[in-house]
Amino acid sequence: MDALMQFVFSGLTVGAVYALVALGFTIIYNASDVVNFAQGEFVMLGGMITVFAFDAGLPLPLAALLAIVATAAIGVALNKFAIEPARGAPVVSLIIITIGASILIRGATQVLFDKQLHRLPAFSGDDPIHLLGATLLPQSLWVIGGAIAIFIALWLFFTRTLLGKAVLATANNRLAAQLVGINTGFVMTLSFALSAAIGALAGVLVTPITLVSYDVGVGLALKGFAAAMLGGMGNPKGALVGGLLLGLFEALTAGYISSQYKEAVAFVVILAVLFVMPQGLFGQKTTERV
Amino acid sequence: MSILEISGLGISFGGLRAVNDVGFSVNPGEIVSAIGPNGAGKTTLFNMISGVYLPDAGSVKLNGEDVTAKAPHILAKKGLTRTFQNLQIFQEMTVLENVVAGFHLTENPSVWADLLSLPSARRRSAEVCEKALQLLEKVHLSKAAEEEAGNLSYGALKRLEIARALAVGPQVLLLDEPAAGCNAVETEEIDELIVELAKSGIAILLVEHDMKMVMRISNHIVVLDHGEKIAEGTPEDVSRNPDVIAAYLGTEEEPAHADG
Amino acid sequence: MTLKNNWVQLAILAVIIVILPTFFPSGYYYRVGALVFVNALSVVGLVILIGYAGQISLGHAGFAGIGAYACALAPVHLGIPPVLAILLGAAISAVLALLIGRPILRLKGYYLGVATLGFGILVSMVLSNERGLTGGPDGMSVPSLGLRPLLRDMGLRLSGGEFWYIFNAAALLIGIWIAINLYQSATGRAMRALHGSETAAQTVGIDVARFKLQAFIISAVYASVGGSLLALQNGFITPDVAGFMHSVEMVTMAVLGGVGSVLGATFGAAVLTLLPQILTVFHEYEHLVLGLVMILVMIFLPLGLLPSLAARIRWRGV
Repeated sequence: MDALMQFVFSGLTVGAVYALVALGFTIIYNASDVVNFAQGEFVMLGGMITVFAFDAGLPLPLAALLAIVATAAIGVALNKFAIEPARGAPVVSLIIITIGASILIRGATQVLFDKQLHRLPAFSGDDPIHLLGATLLPQSLWVIGGAIAIFIALWLFFTRTLLGKAVLATANNRLAAQLVGINTGFVMTLSFALSAAIGALAGVLVTPITLVSYDVGVGLALKGFAAAMLGGMGNPKGALVGGLLLGLFEALTAGYISSQYKEAVAFVVILAVLFVMPQGLFGQKTTERV
Repeated sequence: MSILEISGLGISFGGLRAVNDVGFSVNPGEIVSAIGPNGAGKTTLFNMISGVYLPDAGSVKLNGEDVTAKAPHILAKKGLTRTFQNLQIFQEMTVLENVVAGFHLTENPSVWADLLSLPSARRRSAEVCEKALQLLEKVHLSKAAEEEAGNLSYGALKRLEIARALAVGPQVLLLDEPAAGCNAVETEEIDELIVELAKSGIAILLVEHDMKMVMRISNHIVVLDHGEKIAEGTPEDVSRNPDVIAAYLGTEEEPAHADG
Repeated sequence: MTLKNNWVQLAILAVIIVILPTFFPSGYYYRVGALVFVNALSVVGLVILIGYAGQISLGHAGFAGIGAYACALAPVHLGIPPVLAILLGAAISAVLALLIGRPILRLKGYYLGVATLGFGILVSMVLSNERGLTGGPDGMSVPSLGLRPLLRDMGLRLSGGEFWYIFNAAALLIGIWIAINLYQSATGRAMRALHGSETAAQTVGIDVARFKLQAFIISAVYASVGGSLLALQNGFITPDVAGFMHSVEMVTMAVLGGVGSVLGATFGAAVLTLLPQILTVFHEYEHLVLGLVMILVMIFLPLGLLPSLAARIRWRGV
């Protein structure tokens, strides 16, 4: 039982990160119908920039803020220089463009910073908290709490603000949104900025636990993508549930079956979900018109 | 006996009853038209008969055999094929290849023979090419045979779709607005072609907005409104039916436009 | 526009392959050429899947991994000669493609992408984790093909580079010949038809699921044979051959060259294989440049390098 709680805690911690990456996918997918394979790089950038700013002497909160703003700017640039010029391109082209962007960001990071593993100090020390017979790092609470805060803030943004509603309207029907005067170009820019900032924040929160190096993005992108599909592409609630479920699956597999194959099992689960219900847990069925 | 028998066919989309309890039949060599205002459910009806949508009520019988909700490629094998209101052309293939692809069932390809380009496969392809050229001749497209289909005009693509459908060798042919977007000359050509096909024994089910054409060539007309059949009969019967007149005058209808 | 796949392309390529070595300053270039051909072979398979049938795969390196490790393992554990191990790998890949293709190919677009990606990752994970058998991430050595000594006994002395240049070129030309056959055949037409419009393809009697599956299996066999030849040529193999990056490289090569054209595929494979060779001087910048090339080509030459260039030249010529 104690072991189970331990696995649940660690599952929820990584699951919260997957949920944030999945949320980033969802925001961009809704605004532009693009699945951004570079999503994991935003998390990596958040961690890396914070580490280097912190090492350069900036206080941690300021370093984190700098990382989030810089990553958001990179997200906007990605949209402006790689996604917008390819509007209307076939899915294969868009997949290659965003994978290309991911490789580019990784390559640039490796040149500008380095190839080493880096750590950040935990925000509130390393004394473990004892809870329900298991131990929990304070940083895990930061990660889970941060994820919850972001989801609530985003939910408020989409339901309570005019701008948020404009984003939803654009996601729903781009042309109709344009007709009622919504600047869909701005909505795209905003979505990429938001998505990148959320990714970077996830990177800042999780780096004290998992460490960061230039190449952690690919794995995270795949997990986040898997989580988004598990929950149902384009649905923020699906991103949250999909991310947490994936984290739990992984932790339980690592605990009870094999730590080597924990990621394998995650993909097996995703494949199974896709075959049984290709729209994911919360996705909508669509009818193709002919 | 009727070759195509529709009875009680219906489907809903998210609570909206798009088509409800529609039934009629088509005999070999007969031209039956389905008409009705925009949104009456004509294309939806076509999609159910041709296996694109799964109806939630009723049945489709082909040669007496129940083929309800069978996949389109199974229906093609059994002799039913169709054209599309908004074109479904193989854009990146040549005009000739589009029609040759229509002979798929005749060619019945074997993957090994095709990978190794065995003489048997090549011979069959050559035969089919010959037949495809004849069909292109029939729809006045033989000059464009080697052009990429995507480059053709709208009217030409409409005819190409008919040629491709004919390549299947259908007993029943569903034509969804074959003359939409065509000029008067082209419409007349398509008109003649349809009559000729019916004469050769093919049962034709037609959706068309050009009323003059419908009245001229149809043996039988089925009128739909709000997804229900409101009248049925010869062109003369239908054109005098008060319900039909009301349905058409009651909605603001642009006869020349495509419906949804 | 699309480049038509025909015998002219095959002939052009054959001539290039024969003439090219006269410009090689050293034996090293035979190795590079052999690498280009083996990559091109895998990419021709992807042209069939992506270009003909319009289906995406981000996991085909998985099949390359199966082909590669079949050649590394089967001769040692089953005692069969490496040449037959190539066929064994291809058969395993084909069966696996048949089994996973059925459910996976019902998916479309990004969903198909991630499902195939998942498959590829599973394969590379198994190869990394089963250390006892595969040596894990450090890789393992691959027995020699054994053809070269045979040729030497027959009086034909070839260096390793020369041998693999000829052997892989022959494999590539055969692979392209088969791909062109397919393109011009009824099966190929059915694949291209469902690419154009699945609905219309069905109305002419094409069993869409069947032809997607055939394209998937055929392309898997190409990738598997490519992986086998790569392993045999290098004499050493690591799980990277099955990794996500290798899958991405394969798709990028296919799309770079112009995804509908087998000659374009060879061209794309050549560019992307040579790029890192040229960039070894700037090893640091390799990824940066690769990523940039991928983005720029997709934006400015969306048809792929070769068809875009061909279209441009034709346009000027008019």
